[in-house]
Amino acid sequence: MIMMTSRQWLATAAGVVILLSLPLFLPNFWLVNIFGRAMVYGVVALSLTFLAHYGGFVSLAQTMVAGVAGYAVAMMAPTAIPLGPLAMPYFAAIPLALLAATVAGAIVGMIAVNTREIYLLMITLALAVGLSLFAQSNITWFRGYEGIRNIIGPEVMGLPFRTPLVFYYVALGVAVSMFLLVLYVVRTPFGLVLQAIRDSDRRAAAIGYYVGLHRIASFALAGFIAGWGGVLITFYNIGITPSSIGLWATVAVLIMAVIGGLGHPLGAFIGALIYTVMDTFASSIIGHDRFNTLIGLVFLAIVLLSPDGVWGLGKRLSTALGKRPQVNADRETSL
Amino acid sequence: MLISRRNTVAWAMGTVAAMFAVTGALAQDGPIRIGSITTLEGPFATGGQDAYRAMEMAFEAIDYTIGGRQIEWIRESSNATPDVALARARKLIEQDEVDIIIGPLSGAEGIALRDYSRTLEGKTIVNGSSGAADTTLRDPSPNFFRFNTEGTQWMAGLGTYAYEEMGSRHVALVAADYAFPYAQVFGFMHEYCELGGAVTKLWSPLNTTDFSSIIAQFPSDVDAVVLIQGGTDALAFLTQYAEVGGDLPIIGGSITADQTLLSARGPHQSLMEGMVAAGPIADLNEDPNWQDFVARYRERWGSEGFDSPSIHAVNYYTNTIAVIQALEEVGGDLSDNQAAFQAALAAAEFTAPTGANVALDHNRQAISDIFLTRIVNDGGTMRTEAFGRTPNVSQTLGMDQDAFMALGSPSRDNPDCPPAR
Repeated sequence: MIMMTSRQWLATAAGVVILLSLPLFLPNFWLVNIFGRAMVYGVVALSLTFLAHYGGFVSLAQTMVAGVAGYAVAMMAPTAIPLGPLAMPYFAAIPLALLAATVAGAIVGMIAVNTREIYLLMITLALAVGLSLFAQSNITWFRGYEGIRNIIGPEVMGLPFRTPLVFYYVALGVAVSMFLLVLYVVRTPFGLVLQAIRDSDRRAAAIGYYVGLHRIASFALAGFIAGWGGVLITFYNIGITPSSIGLWATVAVLIMAVIGGLGHPLGAFIGALIYTVMDTFASSIIGHDRFNTLIGLVFLAIVLLSPDGVWGLGKRLSTALGKRPQVNADRETSL
Repeated sequence: MLISRRNTVAWAMGTVAAMFAVTGALAQDGPIRIGSITTLEGPFATGGQDAYRAMEMAFEAIDYTIGGRQIEWIRESSNATPDVALARARKLIEQDEVDIIIGPLSGAEGIALRDYSRTLEGKTIVNGSSGAADTTLRDPSPNFFRFNTEGTQWMAGLGTYAYEEMGSRHVALVAADYAFPYAQVFGFMHEYCELGGAVTKLWSPLNTTDFSSIIAQFPSDVDAVVLIQGGTDALAFLTQYAEVGGDLPIIGGSITADQTLLSARGPHQSLMEGMVAAGPIADLNEDPNWQDFVARYRERWGSEGFDSPSIHAVNYYTNTIAVIQALEEVGGDLSDNQAAFQAALAAAEFTAPTGANVALDHNRQAISDIFLTRIVNDGGTMRTEAFGRTPNVSQTLGMDQDAFMALGSPSRDNPDCPPAR
């Protein structure tokens, strides 16, 4: 995925056109609560996929970083109940929340900069759980267990944010922008160095690149991406509570990224869509007593059949069918 | 090739859209659709299961029919987190097109659904068992009704009993450090401090296992211990307190005397017998409504259910019969954005299965009776027994809402009445 071929551009454009025209076909429930929800959570999963695939870090702190943005926008939101001392209009609160997430991402990067693999997982998990517990016990700023409510989001062109079309198109715009941002960044010199460091940090250091700084910068960028997801998730949930950034939410984002496939940014959204559909309809299929079993079995089946997720499965299928010879296979299968 | 594939997609989408249009049209004069949300996963799963047992009893009693219209009951499960409860509520309203939701079970979920209900038109959410005060106290929603009482109300009468009947003047308060105990402490201290009692507050994090440092901080002149803890925390405290030879009378919170404590064996049992508390239910209650409810519950569920219906069963049942009664009153008529139905709900007055009277205040929050309870040895089994009742406890504890709000939100530091030094 160094350069997109014209064919890939065409596929991307076709995908965007289909997504843009979905409101013509689908009822609001599917627009907002399946596709919209999948896209806003998919953005958080995208930040994890970006770190995992191009940087080689599986970070469990991405939900926490999204939560930093969510809590920041909630603390500054003009509609919050109770109104915080920092209340300001949304057009100012949202950029500040994104800044907060970027800084939080960089701080996570600084803390985790010298760790790898299981140790990185443990440190980022500790940070994630730590912030959730802190939010739960802090009343003054985080409003404790009940969280900050009534974060309904700004009005867009005079319409409330929860209007199905408004929410859907904003979520789509953000998701596509972040997706293209990742595809762009990995082609820049910074992105190339990042992948070089992933493959061999000693060689990259020997050539003269500052390995630690690149890693921290990649965490900051991932924080910025996750921040967008965090802001939209907070609007979608009409507020934020400690459980929005707790262990369960962290694991959910990891599941999305893994079942979709960590090999390509698109995997994050595929995974988020599968997760959302399963989460919503499993109990209608199998009844309310055992639906978690069904969800677990589906995820297990995906990971067993294809360790690199649905994206990897699709890729291998298309290779096997000989549609597109993968002579110059890039690094999409290595993690 | 390309064109035919696109045609296929278009056909598929068109079919899906047509299916939705048809189901939408049928919903107009089909059955009354009632959705429900409780927690069948996570820490409150057993309570959630019991809640659905009680709801099933309520619907079976009317044979799933009101005013000639069938009731279709769609059950969902959350994991006690507000985001999931909200996702389930959206699915129920927007996909399953239910008219009424009954639920959820836990506090923060209730607030999330309250916020969601405000964005709805012609739909009603009736609480299940959630008990956060703010759900109805601050910024209430016109579409959200709650027929069960909440944490602050549950302590009604206990502070007065401690001061006047037990003669207590200075208590050591051992409470878990989060929102629900704050509300309970508020309810207790509101009465106890007003009468002139003094409270030394000792907070512990949730899931504390070692209370020795807290026991060591008891002032020498305290004459009772107020224990606002639940589950294993309460057990750990009482075990340690008994082991160091503590013998002060124990006053409990509404969830202190739960099954974890009652069914466990150990040194804490010597302290537990006679422990007084206050709350919306008691295992042993002379009231015929309760006797009848427990008998029907045992007959319907046998060994599948609990020995005695849980607090969640009672709360879900209370809210469900409120919905049923209001629906019967309007003959199942949900037209005009449910205006008649919501008016009937707001005016509902009935007797809960505990025998308590239930009516709503202007925020659509229950005003109901609270029981004083104590733990008794009932033939070798520890149970809670009702021995007093505080009638018609409102969410503002009988005060004017503005005066009550001026007292501030319950927190670690509010209210406060430390002993004179």
